[in-house]
Amino acid sequence: MNNILTYTLFSPLVGIFLLLFINKEKQSLIKYIGIGASLVTFALSLFVYFGFDAANTQLQFVEKYPWIAALDISYFVGVDGLSILLIVLTTFLTPIALIASWESITDRLKEYVSFMLLLEVGMLGVFLSSDLFLFYVFWEAMLIPMYFIIGIWGGKDRIYAAVKFFIYTMAGSLLMLIAILWLGYYASTLANGYFTTNLQKLYVIAPGIPMGIQVWMFLAFALSFAIKVPLFPLHTWLPDAHVQAPTAGSVILAGVLLKMGTYGLIRFCLPLFPLASFQFTPLMASLSVIGIVYGALVAMVQTDVKKLVAYSSVSHLGFVVLGIFSMTEEGMQGAVIQMINHGLSTGALFLLVGMIYDRRHTREIAQFGGLAKVMPVFSTIFMIVTFSSIGLPGLNGFVGEFLILLGSFNSLFLGSYVYAAVAATGVIFSAVYMLWMCQRVFFGKITHDENKSLLDLSKREIALIIPVLFFIVWIGVYPSTFLKPSAAFTKQAVTQLQNAKSGNIVPAGVVLK
Amino acid sequence: MYSFAPLIVLFPLLGFLINGFFGRKIKNETLVGSIGTLAVASSFVVALLIFVEMVGSPVEERKHIVTLFQWIAAGSFSVNVAFQVDQLSILMTLIVTGVGSLIHLYSIGYMHGDAGFWRFFTYLNLFIFAMLNLVLADNYLLMFLGWEGVGLCSYLLIGFWYDRNFEKGTTGDAAKKAFIVNRIGDFGFLLAMFLIFNTFGSLTYESVFAQAAGFSPGVSVMFWITLLMFVGATGKSAQIPLYVWLPDAMAGPTPVSALIHAATMVTAGIYMAARSSILFSLAPATMEIVAVVGLLTAFFAGTIGLVQNDIKKVLAYSTVSQLGYMFLAVGVGAFTAGLFHVMTHAFFKALLFLGSGAVIHAMHDEQDIQKMGGLQKYMPWTFRTFVIGSFAISGFPLLSGFFSKDEILWKSFADGAPWMWVIAALAAGVTAFYMFRLVSLTFLGKERFDHHHVHPHEAPKTMLIPLLILALFSIIGGYVGIPHVLGGHNYFEEFLEPVFAGANAKMMLPMHDSAALELGLMAVSVAVGLLGMFAGWKIFTEKPEIAENTAKKFSGLHKLLWNKYFVDEAYDAVIVNPIKQTSDKFLWKIFDVKIIDNTLNFSAKFVEATSNILRRIQTGVVQSYAVIFVAGILFILGYLIVW
Repeated sequence: MNNILTYTLFSPLVGIFLLLFINKEKQSLIKYIGIGASLVTFALSLFVYFGFDAANTQLQFVEKYPWIAALDISYFVGVDGLSILLIVLTTFLTPIALIASWESITDRLKEYVSFMLLLEVGMLGVFLSSDLFLFYVFWEAMLIPMYFIIGIWGGKDRIYAAVKFFIYTMAGSLLMLIAILWLGYYASTLANGYFTTNLQKLYVIAPGIPMGIQVWMFLAFALSFAIKVPLFPLHTWLPDAHVQAPTAGSVILAGVLLKMGTYGLIRFCLPLFPLASFQFTPLMASLSVIGIVYGALVAMVQTDVKKLVAYSSVSHLGFVVLGIFSMTEEGMQGAVIQMINHGLSTGALFLLVGMIYDRRHTREIAQFGGLAKVMPVFSTIFMIVTFSSIGLPGLNGFVGEFLILLGSFNSLFLGSYVYAAVAATGVIFSAVYMLWMCQRVFFGKITHDENKSLLDLSKREIALIIPVLFFIVWIGVYPSTFLKPSAAFTKQAVTQLQNAKSGNIVPAGVVLK
Repeated sequence: MYSFAPLIVLFPLLGFLINGFFGRKIKNETLVGSIGTLAVASSFVVALLIFVEMVGSPVEERKHIVTLFQWIAAGSFSVNVAFQVDQLSILMTLIVTGVGSLIHLYSIGYMHGDAGFWRFFTYLNLFIFAMLNLVLADNYLLMFLGWEGVGLCSYLLIGFWYDRNFEKGTTGDAAKKAFIVNRIGDFGFLLAMFLIFNTFGSLTYESVFAQAAGFSPGVSVMFWITLLMFVGATGKSAQIPLYVWLPDAMAGPTPVSALIHAATMVTAGIYMAARSSILFSLAPATMEIVAVVGLLTAFFAGTIGLVQNDIKKVLAYSTVSQLGYMFLAVGVGAFTAGLFHVMTHAFFKALLFLGSGAVIHAMHDEQDIQKMGGLQKYMPWTFRTFVIGSFAISGFPLLSGFFSKDEILWKSFADGAPWMWVIAALAAGVTAFYMFRLVSLTFLGKERFDHHHVHPHEAPKTMLIPLLILALFSIIGGYVGIPHVLGGHNYFEEFLEPVFAGANAKMMLPMHDSAALELGLMAVSVAVGLLGMFAGWKIFTEKPEIAENTAKKFSGLHKLLWNKYFVDEAYDAVIVNPIKQTSDKFLWKIFDVKIIDNTLNFSAKFVEATSNILRRIQTGVVQSYAVIFVAGILFILGYLIVW
């Protein structure tokens, strides 16, 4: 099992390879292969998870092979406390998303399944790469399947949404590419230096970059990530993309893709450019707090359930960014676990919205009402996920939100109670928009005849959502399982930031070799 | 026995899980109801055994902490799922499980035939589970879990009949309102926790209170901590300005009103303040705010109760008002008096609500007391127990409410201010008046209902037994706390005293031994109460025209009271609607769509338009290249010739 990460990372490709030999008419077989391949990936990722040593802050399961040796670019993968849970989240949600498409996708199924598997490779690659160039390749590669998933299998305005999604993200990542190249070049200007994109080496070099340049580097990376998160006011691609994307696309988009942005902030922005990060902390924290309130208020007045959930993501991800920039252990651990929580809760919400859309072919809140009577199981599950999303203690969302708020309230880096206090109003607004929506969809009398004959969830649908509910409760009741893996990592990250704050930065140039 | 404390919490959880997963399939009301009731009764038995052991042990050995597992830990933050069993928590546990068992039993009869019977018991057990976490937690975060958990159950149970209308909207509106208003309070609670952690580095009671003992009164951080906690309390315990959800909470089934919205959940705010007594004692300014808010709530809610015609609405405003008394007690530093009233109020208010449920049942879901009257004949036992409850709440001498209310009044005079006593005594008169108005209009006087459609009948046994037991406790429940001035022994205060020793040491309240003054004030307040009772009874059984004439004469005031001081309308106009409108009309439709998106679309269009122009110089058509070529030459030639 020396190459377990490579096996995990590329195992979905085996599925795609098999699909090449399958007649596109054999729809069930195509589904089984797709789901089978993603389950194999999931199983492999569990090996990684159980073999992971949480107490060790080093990169684990490392594999490193030279790629472009002259530029010190390599195939360099590994996991640490930040990525381990995100990897399992990805491999966990992909089969669920595939099973969710069981009946709703029939057109060009083979291409669809292939794109989903390709997307999984891209996502895993992003989390596993420890080389900036490799990271960038996966980062961009991930865009393509998502673009097609929205553009081909999406709703009425899918082309607009897909192009918007693509261009928004591209605009950010081009700047990041320039910054990556500049970082490599900077390494070559040091005494004994050479061009490199090796992240572990850059961790040591980059913090010493002069402040004037570090600011630009930070901005180039942060813009790309902020678009992905999405941070207010760069969020407007998200509602369109979500509303147009097919259910599985939304699940993956909300569940994993948005986490790329917050992951990038922790993985690259803070450790590479600590001094610039300190300078931009007030801005980033302010934008996240505005996003929390703004996202919630706009979610409140949506008439489309899916768009409501999409805007709620803007609000939830605002919490995550705030936690990151609190630069405290509590806040950062909260941010990491909140990424998982949001993936589960919002992923589940999109699944559920998809289930009702399959039945009624509408997501307009006004078209529903009184569903609790005809679909009791669906309603019960939806309510549980709702309460998880609005952070009810005992369910997962609370753990993350609480730690983030606690961390940012006491953060010396933020230096003010105001951020946390304003962010905490999110607990009120989230209750407002979610419960108001639930009330109009589930309670009251049935006002539309079409809703009287709706069927409750099928066994397949229940089986799909139960695993997610299981983790929603587990994380809420016993979060230690999920906090432990990131504890040592966060401690180290925060210590390094504190050192940087007090001026303990290794002088540039002494580290290569 | 102490190590069995987790069982207290576990039984209702088991009941919840069993009924939640299998209740729908069991299809046997007796079985489902028994599972639910037994789960709570078992907790009561365990709590009682622990209580007996506690009473039998020396004072300094009465507090025990039972830790189950570490709940949330990150960085320097860590809290456990752990229960603190001491005098205060065991008292609350006994009230919650004791009254809770009775109300579960009552519900078997009350909810008979309801399609959601199993769902009802599932929610009710979940409520008890959450409430027990709230009172037994050994740290603020677990208390918060219970705090929000009871809010969830309150939400689920207010909206239990989710397809029914309620007043201008639906039960769902009432449920949502309750949860959201409570969340506003919880926002305060959250911030209080952050400040506590910031100040003490822990959220565990033991650690926080031990450190707090080293503070001296008046530190500003204590003011903010306690004030924010109190914001939480005004939400959960329905005080000004966040009381507005409680009257609407009556949309839920009546046993819910009795259990959650009268006897237990709404007293959580008082429990929280009592638990944090040492923190409050360090913040005299907060204490004053608490006392004044409690007093105003007691008075204003009482006045609204004067004119309401919905039997449950009257009781709801009465609950808000009685909770105000409890906060008055807390505010003047009389924590034991506040808790004493928590206990007696749990008995008589649960009794009154369950009685009103029996009436509503008998009247086929009619709740308007103007359409009742003379029910005494048809339901004698309900009537008798209801009257006992009314005497108790009105402070009739030697019933439970008399002792607890009198202690609060006396403390508000002695440790507060004479004007507080005046308003509180006045509010006691108001209480007595509206309670006996309620009794008269419901049970006495002319029968004003339609005999063709309504056939009132006495409640079944499962409903009567709880009524009788609660009536008994409404009578004798006060004898554990007879004031010294009446020659009694205040066991209640003595039992709880160690819990508040730290706070008392900080407050250093003066000793009062003017027995004559205490007795004199008692006499006056009793007289005010009796007068209110007599007036309420006399006017509404014999001279209803007096009420009508007064209402006409002061029609402005009557309208104000009838419309509950227009507070809901004001909140809608000033807070709810502006936020909704701004979010919809500005934030979404202008800022998001017009400003952000149009800027982006415009930049895309701009690129497209520019490219369209630039594209023309590279069409690949040789002729157009030739034209541009010639034009260029002509331009240069012209330039050279003209200049």
